[in-house]
Amino acid sequence: MREITLSQAVNEAIAEEMRRDDTIFLLGEDVAEAGTPFKILSRLVEEFGTDRIIDTPIAEPGFAGIAVGAAMTGSRPIVDLMFGDFLFLVMDQLCNQAAKAHYMSGGKLNVPMVLRTNMGATRRSAAQHSQSLHALVAHIPGLKVAMPSSAYEAKGLLKSAIRDNNPVVIFEDKLMYQDKAPVPEEEFLIPLGEANVKRDGTDITLVAISSMVQVAEEAVDRLSAEGLSAEIIDPRTIVPLDEETILKSVMKTGRVMIIDEGHQSFGVSAEIAARIAEKAFYHLDAPVLRMGAMDVPIPFSPVLEDLTVPTADRVFELARQAIQGEI
Amino acid sequence: MGRAANSNADDYIRMYKQMVRIRTFEDNANQLYLDTKMPGLTHMYSGQEAVAVGICEALEKTDYITSTHRGHGHCVAKGAQFKEMFCELLGKAEGYCRGKGGSMHIADQENGNLGANAIVGGSMGIATGAALSAKRLGKDHVTVCFFGDGATAQGLLYEVMNMAALWNLPVIYACENNLYGEYTKVEETAAGSITARAKAFGIEAHVVDGQDVLAVNSLTQKLVARARKGEGPFFVELMTYRYHGHHVGDINRTYYRSKEEEAEWKDKRDPITNFGAWLAKEKIVNANDLEAMGAEIKADAAAAVTYALDAAYPPLDEVDSHIFAV
Repeated sequence: MREITLSQAVNEAIAEEMRRDDTIFLLGEDVAEAGTPFKILSRLVEEFGTDRIIDTPIAEPGFAGIAVGAAMTGSRPIVDLMFGDFLFLVMDQLCNQAAKAHYMSGGKLNVPMVLRTNMGATRRSAAQHSQSLHALVAHIPGLKVAMPSSAYEAKGLLKSAIRDNNPVVIFEDKLMYQDKAPVPEEEFLIPLGEANVKRDGTDITLVAISSMVQVAEEAVDRLSAEGLSAEIIDPRTIVPLDEETILKSVMKTGRVMIIDEGHQSFGVSAEIAARIAEKAFYHLDAPVLRMGAMDVPIPFSPVLEDLTVPTADRVFELARQAIQGEI
Repeated sequence: MGRAANSNADDYIRMYKQMVRIRTFEDNANQLYLDTKMPGLTHMYSGQEAVAVGICEALEKTDYITSTHRGHGHCVAKGAQFKEMFCELLGKAEGYCRGKGGSMHIADQENGNLGANAIVGGSMGIATGAALSAKRLGKDHVTVCFFGDGATAQGLLYEVMNMAALWNLPVIYACENNLYGEYTKVEETAAGSITARAKAFGIEAHVVDGQDVLAVNSLTQKLVARARKGEGPFFVELMTYRYHGHHVGDINRTYYRSKEEEAEWKDKRDPITNFGAWLAKEKIVNANDLEAMGAEIKADAAAAVTYALDAAYPPLDEVDSHIFAV
């Protein structure tokens, strides 16, 4: 199978969907000729024109709100939010307006919009360009939240998100834009709410979100070298969450660690851990473990920043201790 | 496309009736609150009827509006029915939003009402987005964004007016200046001129007497026609007055405005009294006709209130329906 980058996968997904459906348009800062700072959207404007690939002023609440209204009235907008950290700027439009319109109207108004943004530290971008804020939006009923872990997921999830009749927020790990993965030439969709069993294993389950799947894979290779077997579950979307696949795996292995790049406290790892504790407690042979980003603003200095995120070394060590009864 | 209100007695009578319907709706809503029959609280539109009616009578059913926490008037003026509105205010299943929105979130999509909004200024993006949608999809719908003087302090307004002006969107920003944002005079919250802010973006801005339904309607008809031709956006500041407090529970308000001021607006500038007098003077109707219209609307409202009080609450299993659309 051909391999393409995550960036190309996103570009392809948008182009394919826009060819299929005229009501789709995309708006955000520097999305047209510039194709975003990460060049993810390069050349889309050449095919679809500035009428459908719309450069906006630097006004995140404004263009997010415009997308909500467009979505209510027959369009299917895709919002490009240049950095996930800018979510704080659009919270009213996303959480008070988009998320609630369908419910508050008793099902009359739909908001079929996608908000694409990113996450991920270690790009030496400091505290306002490095956050992983998916837990914030996952907390709000009415928003779906997708967390692609490779180019394949990025394409399949984005296409499903564009076709969904609800607001969907997609977090792409900005450090993965140039990572390649096998992606079929022919069309495919990945349903929202279906986890992927990335690796089969027997001694521990690693629930890994977004780029943490790569971290988990590296850790699992090292565990294998020591004769230990770990299963990796990639939830792919955290709302809806495929609880069944996670619980099934935990009941098989009896041990679990959740790995997520959001801040650990009050985060997605806490939610998944709580559900496991409630629903699979009697199947556990070890405490439910989790590893998130440190509860600090992401520092600039590389030596400090590298301490804040989960690493394969730390995942390996904690998983090994759990399996060998040292915790 | 707008109705030729200036040359048609039927249009005048409909505008009069619509204003009376709003006033009557609000009188009943206020009474439901005072009788503790309504959950929560609500914000009365009484006094501002000429704004909603003058504007909405210049719109087609397929045109959109976005509304505010003080939104009953917009909802009635855009074509909503009493029964479904009172049911919504009382949290009943037959309400416009199946009782899930209440007074501050009534939406009536079939008549183009994209919803009231309980965040001050919260719908400015939605209105502008509806206009972008219409333009992109090649429809000639115009969107009117209602908001109050208080909302002009929100930054969102300036972000979306900038984009609406850059992209020539068919949207009309209708600022109902009722002189108070909650319990504070507009002079204390709005520096400079409100219309000058729109003009700074190159948006044509007008000030109109919001108590004169014909003045509001005539101006809106012209602007709607021009917006349909791609000459938008526009901004209108409508000078008006709310008779009640910020909300129904805001009874003692002499600390922020005088009883004399309230009496002055009610006695001399009431949009319904003055328009009724004009209709009689022009011999379009007589005093008896006006009284009969009022009585019929009162009876309609009373029947709708009775219906809504007796109507069923939503089934409890609806609490977690409508979170996501299928």
